[in-house]
Amino acid sequence: MVQAIAFYAFAFVTIAAGVMVVSSRNPVHSVLYLILAFFNAAGLFVLIGAEFIAMILVVVYVGAVAVLFLFVVMMLDINFVELRQGFMQYLPIGALLGLILLVELFFVIGIWSFLEDGSMLTAVIPVQNITNTHALGNVLYTKYVYLFQAAGLILLIAMIGAIVLTLRSRPGARKQKIADQLSRRSEDILDVVKVKEGEGV
Amino acid sequence: MEFSEFLDTYLVPTAITVAQIFAIIVPLLVAVAYLTYFERKVIASMQLRKGPNVVGPFGLLQPLADGAKLFIKETILPSGANKILFAMAPMLTFILSLIAWAVIPFDAGMVLADINVGILYLFAISSLGVYGVIMAGWASNSKYAFLGALRSAAQMVSYEVSIGFVIITVLLCVGSLNLSAIVEAQKTIWFAIPLLPMFIIFFVSALAETNRAPFDLPEGESELVAGYFVEYSSMTFALFFLGEYANMILMSGMTAVLFLGGWLPPMDIAPFNWIPGPIWFFIKISLVLFCFLWVRATFPRYRYDQLMRLGWKVFLPLSLAWVVITAGVLVAFDIVPTPLSG
Repeated sequence: MVQAIAFYAFAFVTIAAGVMVVSSRNPVHSVLYLILAFFNAAGLFVLIGAEFIAMILVVVYVGAVAVLFLFVVMMLDINFVELRQGFMQYLPIGALLGLILLVELFFVIGIWSFLEDGSMLTAVIPVQNITNTHALGNVLYTKYVYLFQAAGLILLIAMIGAIVLTLRSRPGARKQKIADQLSRRSEDILDVVKVKEGEGV
Repeated sequence: MEFSEFLDTYLVPTAITVAQIFAIIVPLLVAVAYLTYFERKVIASMQLRKGPNVVGPFGLLQPLADGAKLFIKETILPSGANKILFAMAPMLTFILSLIAWAVIPFDAGMVLADINVGILYLFAISSLGVYGVIMAGWASNSKYAFLGALRSAAQMVSYEVSIGFVIITVLLCVGSLNLSAIVEAQKTIWFAIPLLPMFIIFFVSALAETNRAPFDLPEGESELVAGYFVEYSSMTFALFFLGEYANMILMSGMTAVLFLGGWLPPMDIAPFNWIPGPIWFFIKISLVLFCFLWVRATFPRYRYDQLMRLGWKVFLPLSLAWVVITAGVLVAFDIVPTPLSG
């Protein structure tokens, strides 16, 4: 009973927050609702016993990605009227995408419930008595290690691309070079002068 | 369902949990109050002053006087502020600093929620702390507060990365994400000794993560007045203050659990193991907290670009290299810890 109540509470808040992400007028509020949605999705993961995924969801999406979203959105000088103008124009595309996703969901659920051996397609919960962190590690770094490496490479290339796009050298700018500062010797820069009284340097 | 059955399955466990929560939170809040006193006394002694010494014997009632003063002040809502977020930000900061304590083990089996992914939970909660700061900065509708919030966001995200790598290094040596298991794995030797560089990186990153000196740029009073909480007054300010100090204690607790053997005595011999575990844990937390204050009294504030350089160009490569080295050593000498079942 408690599980059911918790499930419906998390699910309801997730969906409500998702609706508010799209419909709220202020983009900062949108991002904050997005965070709420992530958080409740993490709650749902905990309910099905996937505590590792739940924590990673919070660490990665809420703790890092959404912070950067919020960072950017807060700094943008957004014209709210202009933002609304394209709404009707993009509505059909958005509706189409939503429809496709809905149909796909129906296919997945339909296969699960109608096919006789459809249950083979659902995730098999490992029977051995290990935590799901170990279970994930066992699968990820053995069976799917090449895909894992490929995903890492793609992210690396994306990162290099972002750096290349934004890197610009400013010739006039003064920069602190720590290595130069550390390699300075007192003999190179200091002259100790014995000054005679009353004469000056 | 019978009423007695309902009582046994739901009401009694809930009541016990609530009692345990109070048993953690009340001492924590007292500790926060006296941490401010401790801080003022320690810094005063380092600067050859006396510190608070008027209210009560040795100034011991000073924190209570400060609390009462904050309580009777007026709560001001700036007219241009986003009212709901403005009020939510200090609450969020305070709540986040409290809920993290749910997984901290005070002694063998003495923990509110002994979850499998305890350390990840702590990491997640500490990475959420930035939201209170950002929301406060944005909702105040003030330049100083906003700049403080931006600084804080960039800083906390940067140092989280190296904290993550440090945690991974410790996990490699433990083979479990459970905090009690992490402490138990340090029975032979505390991780502060074999992983000394990681210990130092973790401590410095903890300073940056809690916005403490020398990384207190989000509230750098010389350029930003008070940073993100410049518009806050009275109890809303007090909640930020309490949250920040509770976070300091939490980070010290994390340091103690990850590197200083949590509740374990330094050696399992006669005079040491007479002292119960929670006392050892308390001593270790106090020691780390003293270092927090010591650093504040000793070092000048970093420049912002130096702070970013330290995080991304020094700590990140160093901690990443240590992850690889630790994993390599564990595999090469065939001492990879076996996963605990359950």
